[in-house]
Amino acid sequence: MALHFELVTPEKLVRSEDVHMVVVPGAEGDFGVLEGHAPFMSTIHDGDVQVYKTEGSAPETIEVRGGFAEVSEKGLTVLAEHVEG
Amino acid sequence: MASLKELKGRINSVKSTQKITKAKQMVAAAKLRRAQAAAEAARPYAERLSGVMASLAGKVSGDSAPKLLRGTGSDQRHLLVVVNTDKGLCGGLNANIVKAAKVKARALIAEGKDVEFYLVGKKGRAPIKRDYADRIKKHYDTSNVRQPGFEEAEEIADDLIARFESGEFDVAHLVYPIFKSALAQDPTVDQLIPVPAPEGEGTGGDAVVEYEPGEEEILEELLPRYVKTQLFGALLEREASEQGASMTAMDNATRNAGELIQKLTIQYNRSRQAAITTELIEIIAGAEAL
Repeated sequence: MALHFELVTPEKLVRSEDVHMVVVPGAEGDFGVLEGHAPFMSTIHDGDVQVYKTEGSAPETIEVRGGFAEVSEKGLTVLAEHVEG
Repeated sequence: MASLKELKGRINSVKSTQKITKAKQMVAAAKLRRAQAAAEAARPYAERLSGVMASLAGKVSGDSAPKLLRGTGSDQRHLLVVVNTDKGLCGGLNANIVKAAKVKARALIAEGKDVEFYLVGKKGRAPIKRDYADRIKKHYDTSNVRQPGFEEAEEIADDLIARFESGEFDVAHLVYPIFKSALAQDPTVDQLIPVPAPEGEGTGGDAVVEYEPGEEEILEELLPRYVKTQLFGALLEREASEQGASMTAMDNATRNAGELIQKLTIQYNRSRQAAITTELIEIIAGAEAL
């Protein structure tokens, strides 16, 4: 019961871990991704990616700029141009 | 034969050259490790991006495809983007890159195409200017930053795409060195624009993927990003190649200097001995004459 989440920038692989849920700032609205999400692809706008490590825990926010998100059976991959901090 | 003083001077000068080459070699070795790590770290992004590209490019084709993928419909005007280093002291690396670029240019010109150059890095300017002075479009300077990063790649890509959109060229090729090892760096020519459809499996698999906003819009966003990633990769490869080539070249230079010092020292000792012998003979001859 875990979602594999990867956050990648041109410089490096920022995150690669199993989490409960991730909320991504999609171009047409934020969307949350849980395990078993249908295949999906979206561009993202500048904003915060919220990572929920476990159910009900406080989210960890990562500021990203430009890029897109891809959900496949392997999990969620966010390809961002820049990541703050 | 050179005098003793002259020989001593030469030995000292070679020794100080050796010190410089040795220092440069060690610096290059340290920087090479960093450059290689950077190139390694950039790989996941490029891999995932081409995976997504592969799965998308198959779906969007024909006239609806963006211009960056489709091309302008002609292939008359070619632009060669040549990535050279900014600093020398790296053996034949830049000469090899320039050679590869010139071979490509000659082949294209023989086919009757128009060829222009877009130069990145300082060291390619002079040799390309010698043959194709009137065909150089632009120099992009990377020497003002310590290590070219994604910002530089972004700037170059934006400039190239703007030129492509305004119809300055039809096809762009990227000439850059691929880092194989510290001993081998292969200059490579890749097509940059129009973006060649990447091969390989798409990450989506057979599953029906939903797109937001739509396939074309995403592809349109993706293509400039792909060009940027390509350029960024080329810059990283260049960095690693430069340090690798520099390390090898400086290692050779240090060894050659060592050999030269040895030879000069032997010569110095011989002439010193000869001078002593002559002096002795003179004294003995003088004593006998008395």
